[in-house]
Amino acid sequence: MTKQHANWSPYDNNGGTCVAIAGSDYCVIAADTRMSTGYSILSRDYSKIHKLADKAVLSSSGFQADVKALQKVLKSRHLIYQHQHNKQMSCPAMAQLLSNTLYFKRFFPYYAFNVLGGLDEEGKGCVFTYDAVGSYERVGYGAQGSGSTLIMPFLDNQLKSPSPLLLPKQDSNTPLSEAEAVDLVKTVFASATERDIYTGDKLEIMILKADGIKTELMDLRKD
Amino acid sequence: MFRNQYDTDVTTWSPTGRLFQVEYAMEAVKQGSAAIGLRSRSHVVLACVNKAQSELSSHQRKIFKVDDHIGVAIAGLTADGRVLSRYMRSESINHSFTYESPLPVGRLVVHLADKAQVCTQRSWKRPYGVGLLVGGLDESGAHLYYNCPSGNYFEYQAFAIGSRSQAAKTYLERRFESFGDSSREDLIKDAILAVRETLQGETLKSSLCTVAILGVDEPFHFLDQEAIQKVIDTFEKVPEEEEGDEAGEGEAEAAAVAPAEQGGAGAGDQDVAPMEM
Repeated sequence: MTKQHANWSPYDNNGGTCVAIAGSDYCVIAADTRMSTGYSILSRDYSKIHKLADKAVLSSSGFQADVKALQKVLKSRHLIYQHQHNKQMSCPAMAQLLSNTLYFKRFFPYYAFNVLGGLDEEGKGCVFTYDAVGSYERVGYGAQGSGSTLIMPFLDNQLKSPSPLLLPKQDSNTPLSEAEAVDLVKTVFASATERDIYTGDKLEIMILKADGIKTELMDLRKD
Repeated sequence: MFRNQYDTDVTTWSPTGRLFQVEYAMEAVKQGSAAIGLRSRSHVVLACVNKAQSELSSHQRKIFKVDDHIGVAIAGLTADGRVLSRYMRSESINHSFTYESPLPVGRLVVHLADKAQVCTQRSWKRPYGVGLLVGGLDESGAHLYYNCPSGNYFEYQAFAIGSRSQAAKTYLERRFESFGDSSREDLIKDAILAVRETLQGETLKSSLCTVAILGVDEPFHFLDQEAIQKVIDTFEKVPEEEEGDEAGEGEAEAAAVAPAEQGGAGAGDQDVAPMEM
């Protein structure tokens, strides 16, 4: 007798794509605003970007109920941190907290594919990519979600240094200006929207700098 | 009150129906340095006197932020106060997490009072030795509560606790009827004047007091030293003119000290704004 499989899953995938690019003194975090289930659209105007601290912004695709629960936990933990330390959490600290929070549920994971963006303690942009159980790495740029397979190779082509064997060694920050990074993000999303059915409707872009956060909204194809 | 055979245990009643350990805990509150709270319909101001153990040490923190819409000032055993503040913060965060809305301050003080009551009915515990002035918001506006070690709590328009708080209470009793419609600035001024009453002669400087405010459209925050000093300057600068307006009643309370204050304030304090005498 073959093993019986569950006819109910606690998870669902609400689709969508998230991208983040780090600069020398800024960080761009972007995500589309389409929320879907199966082949249907649930909302054309759902934000996948959430500010956790002054210098740390989280963007997550996957199962949005788990994403919401994860955001609430991180928000409460951040409040506790502020009460204890009298200051906001730095982005690297938040990155570690997110990793620990995800691994805490190693055996019933948050179905959330995260990209954390922000400014590090020196004021330089930083991006952290995660898997569902908390494995993370600091990178210069990252993409997660249904359109990530379309976007990531293109970002590699544009932003990655030719080979780690070549000198001089390049740091983890991309040498783009803020305007170029925003333009690149708009380009990749427009392309991903063409071929990924789960990406589209609107693009929400958050630009994080030392003096504050700016938000931009751009239309994408709605089909 | 004097030592008697019914005061060793918190779980022992006296023949006259008193729990002496609880009353002794309330004495501990009276020994701490003063804390004052006042409220209008939309704002609550908490102020306290900064008392340092010695000249070498810094003063203890007696006002804590519990949430954007709740703050607490303590008097008595500051360690107990710190622990209770942590409990209040935790309750507030848990409520926000579950209900996605701020914890009404009236609910918080009940939780706090119930927690204090437990310590009055367990033989292996002792009552908390701290009085808490909890200021916060709920749907109907701003509220000020006093939680005492006995597990009782009361709502106040204005109150003062700690050492020499009677002087502040007398000042507040004279003025409290106007607080409800007070402007934010007047409320702060009254709080600082009440603090001055507890100092009884010592010149009021911004370094001697801590003031915090919260309101319907204003999250809890501390006032910085310059802001406090500016308010002090409005009534310390011209002592003669004070006789006419609101601080005049305050002067009556410290009447014996007034002549010394006018002279002393000018000569004694070089770092406060120069007195125009």
